[in-house]
Amino acid sequence: MSSETRKIILDPLVDNNPITLQVLGICSALAVTSQLSTALIMCVALTTVTACSSASISLIRNHIPSSIRIIVQMTIIASLVIVVDQILKAFAYDASKQLSVFVGLIITNCIVMGRAEAYAMKNPPLQSFIDGIGNGLGYSLILIAVAVIRELFGSGKLLGNVVFPLVQDGGWYVSNGLLLLPPSAFFIIGLLIWGIRTLKPVQVEKPDHSIIPTAHGTDVHLEVH
Amino acid sequence: MEAYLSLFIKAVFVENLALAFFLGMCTFLAVSKKISTAMGLGVAVLVVQTLTVPVNNIIYNHLLKEGGLSWMGLPDVDLSFLALLSCIGVTAAIVQILEMVLDRFFPALFNALGIFLPLITVNCAILGGSLFMIERDYNLSESIVYGLGSGLGWALAITAMAGIREKLKYSDVPEGLQGLGITFITAGLMSLGFMSFSGIQL
Repeated sequence: MSSETRKIILDPLVDNNPITLQVLGICSALAVTSQLSTALIMCVALTTVTACSSASISLIRNHIPSSIRIIVQMTIIASLVIVVDQILKAFAYDASKQLSVFVGLIITNCIVMGRAEAYAMKNPPLQSFIDGIGNGLGYSLILIAVAVIRELFGSGKLLGNVVFPLVQDGGWYVSNGLLLLPPSAFFIIGLLIWGIRTLKPVQVEKPDHSIIPTAHGTDVHLEVH
Repeated sequence: MEAYLSLFIKAVFVENLALAFFLGMCTFLAVSKKISTAMGLGVAVLVVQTLTVPVNNIIYNHLLKEGGLSWMGLPDVDLSFLALLSCIGVTAAIVQILEMVLDRFFPALFNALGIFLPLITVNCAILGGSLFMIERDYNLSESIVYGLGSGLGWALAITAMAGIREKLKYSDVPEGLQGLGITFITAGLMSLGFMSFSGIQL
């Protein structure tokens, strides 16, 4: 693998992660992560759609008039999502029921659209395909991390296999029900962002307002008379 | 009537699109820095949602659904796989029409909404609302109520979020959590608050 290809694939994993840095495609990241199995299917579906849509948009990038490019991109993405949706319904019906509307929502997932607009419109098909895979993997990384935490500590299982036997089944682990509820996904991603930004201080956002430290002794003292 | 009322309350609070299903999160996090802009976007989503869900309902039930074309003498045609494409197409078209109508008749409102209108096309809350409508098989009047309720719920959530974030400016947030991180945690706490509606049976 040439160094450039490696960079295209590895860059979106941590350094330029679509979820934690570019704030794209969060909707589905939060909603499908209560189980690892649904999260994995979602990752595969999204990576396939991103890679294929980037490649096909890049193929015709010189023929798309810029005034209608959004509609063209939308149509290509929507058609690919329909294909993925039909395949899931045919071969993994239960999983597609669990994912419910979230497969369809890949259409409006900003990662797909964002990569089409920002990368595929300017680069040749092969690079765009690899870029799509890279961004799909960056998304998958966060999704899988969140899903592992939620399923393992929320219900003591991984992919449906018991890892920590629960108290109600005669084991020792008291499950943390909060992790199965939607809000926990927000907390986990928030903490993940904190972790990544502590490791990579470049990504830290500048505060809009900073608190001016007061010089010692000038603080207003509240005294009760 | 009662059924509609309970559907409405459920759509606004219990099944809030933003905080229970995480739809429209990208805009929810990006455009919630100021109350005024957040409200503008909220109203825009409310209007578009109230229009698209019923329109999609009509199109789905009379053109795409299995047996939906029977009025044309084609009872065996099942075009439901086209639902995704038609939903997104309808959303984009309605946003475009709304933009032109507002520009022509209500320029003040058009200027206030500004860039948010085109952004709404790719807001997953809108597409999600239509897809939930299809999945739950609402009829036309239910879909009007659902569209209104879910749009209102989303508008409510983003306005509340913006209010909290305006107050948050004065707090001393750890460096790595600055910006996006603390917004996520706040949204999580809000979502916990909305969870308390979930036991309500109407």
